[in-house]
Amino acid sequence: MTPINQGPVSTRPATGEGDAADLRSVILETRDVTVTYGTHEALHPTSLAFAAGEVTSLIGPSGCGKSTYLRSINLMNREIEGCKVGGQVIYRGQDVNAPGVDLFELRKHIGMVFQQPNPFHKSIYENVAFAPRRHGITKKSDLDQLVEESLRAAAIWDEVKDKLSESGFALSGGQQQRLCIARTLAMHPDIVLMDEPCSALDPISTFAVEETIRSMASRGICTIIVTHNMEQAARVSDRCAFFLLGEMVETGVTAEMFANPSDQRLDDYLTGRFG
Amino acid sequence: MAKGEEKALRPKRAIERRGLAITGACVLLVAVLVLTLIFMVASRGLATFTTDGTPFASFMTGTTWNPHQNDANGIPLVGALPMIAGSFSVTLLSCLIALPFALGSAIFVVEVNPTFGTRVFQPLTELLVGIPSVVFGLVGLRIIVPWTRSWAGGTGYGILSGSIVLAFMILPTVTSLSIDAIRAVPQSYRDGSYGLGCTRWQTIAHVVLPSASSGILTAVILGMTRAFGEALAVQMVVGNAAQIPTSLTTPAATLTSVITTSMGNEAMGTVYNDVLWSLALVLLIMSLVFILIIHIIGRKGAPRG
Ligand SMILES: Nc1ncnc2c1ncn2[C@@H]1O[C@H](COP(=O)(O)OP(=O)(O)OP(=O)(O)O)[C@@H](O)[C@H]1O
Ligand SMILES: [Mg+2]
Repeated sequence: MTPINQGPVSTRPATGEGDAADLRSVILETRDVTVTYGTHEALHPTSLAFAAGEVTSLIGPSGCGKSTYLRSINLMNREIEGCKVGGQVIYRGQDVNAPGVDLFELRKHIGMVFQQPNPFHKSIYENVAFAPRRHGITKKSDLDQLVEESLRAAAIWDEVKDKLSESGFALSGGQQQRLCIARTLAMHPDIVLMDEPCSALDPISTFAVEETIRSMASRGICTIIVTHNMEQAARVSDRCAFFLLGEMVETGVTAEMFANPSDQRLDDYLTGRFG
Repeated sequence: MAKGEEKALRPKRAIERRGLAITGACVLLVAVLVLTLIFMVASRGLATFTTDGTPFASFMTGTTWNPHQNDANGIPLVGALPMIAGSFSVTLLSCLIALPFALGSAIFVVEVNPTFGTRVFQPLTELLVGIPSVVFGLVGLRIIVPWTRSWAGGTGYGILSGSIVLAFMILPTVTSLSIDAIRAVPQSYRDGSYGLGCTRWQTIAHVVLPSASSGILTAVILGMTRAFGEALAVQMVVGNAAQIPTSLTTPAATLTSVITTSMGNEAMGTVYNDVLWSLALVLLIMSLVFILIIHIIGRKGAPRG
C-alpha cells in the first residue's frame, strides 16, 4: 500500500461544485459527508473540495455544524461516543474511512488547532517536539532543527527562543495558540484544520496568527479555518463555505461570495439580519 | 432607622451570633482535641527518654527489643529499629503491589470504558472500603499466609503476607484517588494529542499520566498513610517477632502490631508502657510527615493555566 501522503493530487474540478472552469490541485475532498450524533443529523450531506496552498474559511452561525464538519475530516469524531460519519472523505485519492487506512498516520498529515489554546503541561521545546518524538524522531540535532523551524513558521521563534525550557503555560494566550500551531507544523502536515483559532485572542495576536496562516499557504499547506469573524474570513481565506443549520448553503471564492452572495440566507447573514 | 425595622432586624442578628458561636465552638473543640491528642502522645512518648533515661539514639537505632530487661549499662533494651524497618517495609511493599493494579484499573475506568467504570467498578471499590480490617486479617490468615508459604517458603508469616493484605486494603483508596486524578486531566490535552496523530496509549503514557502525576502521587501517599497506620490486619499475618527482617518471609513486627499486642499487658508508668507510647509517637510523627508531603504536592501540582 502506498503511504497515504503520497497519493495523487487531482486537478479535475471537484464534484458537487459549480465552478467547473477552476482547475485546482485538489488534495482533500468530501463527498456527501453527513454526521449524526445519536439520532440527530448535525451535518447534512456536504461536498467540498480543498486545494494545496489554499485557505478556506467555514462560516455560519453558532451550532450550524462547522466544528462537526471539521472533525469529520481528521476523524476526530471517532473519539466522540455515539457519533457516526457517512459519505466519503477523500484525501489524496483515498477514502479515509476505508478499512486499512491508519487513522494515526492520517492525522500526522492532517493537523488540527483547537479553539482554546491547549499546550501540553510541558516545556515549549517539548510541546513542539512532542509529535515528532512520538512518530520516531529521536536524534537531538534533528529535533532541535525541527523545533526551531516550526516555531519560526508559526512566527513565535523570536519571542520564545531564549526560554525554550520554560513551561508552555508561561506564555500569553496568543503565544500559546501560535505554539499549538508550531506543534502541528512540526509534523509537516499537508492540511491544517483550525477551529476558531483566534476566538480567545486579542487583535494583535490574531493578526500574528493570520500572518502565520498566509505564510503556511504560501508554502503549499491547505488550511481550513472556522471563524465567526467575517473580516478575518475576508482577510485570510481564498475560498469560503457558508453553513446554516447543518447545511452547507453556499461555497465559492471568498471575495465574490462576500461581494454578491447568491443565496438569500448568506446575504441575510452577512448583513447581520440573523446569526 | 425606623423602629419597626430595628425590631425585625434584631432577632436575625441574634440568630447569626448564635450560629457563629455554635460553629465556632465546634471548630474549637476539634482543634483542642487534636492538640490534646498530640500533646498526650508526645508527653508519654518522651517519658522514655526523660524519665527512663534511654538515649534517643539507642531507641531509634537499637535492634534488640526486650523492654523488660536492661543491657550491661543499665539501659532498657528498647531498640525500635526492627519495628520501624518492619513498618516501612510493609508500607512500601504494599504500595508497590497495589500501585500497578490501581493505576491499571484507573486507566481502564477513565480512558477505556467509563460506563462500566461508573456503573460497576466504582461501587465495587466502595464496597471494598467498607470491609472491616479484621476481615482482611482473617482472609490473610486463611488464604494469603498458606499461599505465600507454599511458594516462598518459611512459615508464611512475615512482611510479604503483611504487604499483600495491606495492598488489598489500600487498593480502593489508591484506585479511587487515581481515578479522580486522571479524570481531572482536561479533555483538551487528549484532543491535542489525538490531533497530532498519537495513539490512545501514547496519549495516556505521555500526556494523561504525566499531567495526573501529582494527583497519583497524592493517592499513593494517602495509601501509604493508611498502610503505615493499619494495625489489626497486619498483626494477624506479620508473625510478630521483633527482629530486623532478614527476608520477606521471616516473621517480623511493625510499630502498630507491637503496640496492639503489648499495650494491654503492661502497667502504666513502666518502662515498657512508656516505650510503647514512644512507638506511637513515631507513628504520629510519620503520619504528620505524610500529610505534610501531600500538602506540599497539592500546592506544587495545582493545575495551572
Ligand atoms: N459531542 C456532541 N454530541 C452531541 N451533539 C453534538 C456534539 N457536538 C456537537 N453537537 C451538535 O451538533 C450541532 C453542530 O455543532 P457544532 O459544534 O458543529 O457547531 P458549530 O458550527 O461549530 O458551532 P460554534 O460556532 O458555536 O462552534 C449542534 O446542534 C450541536 O448540538
Ligand atoms: Mg465550533
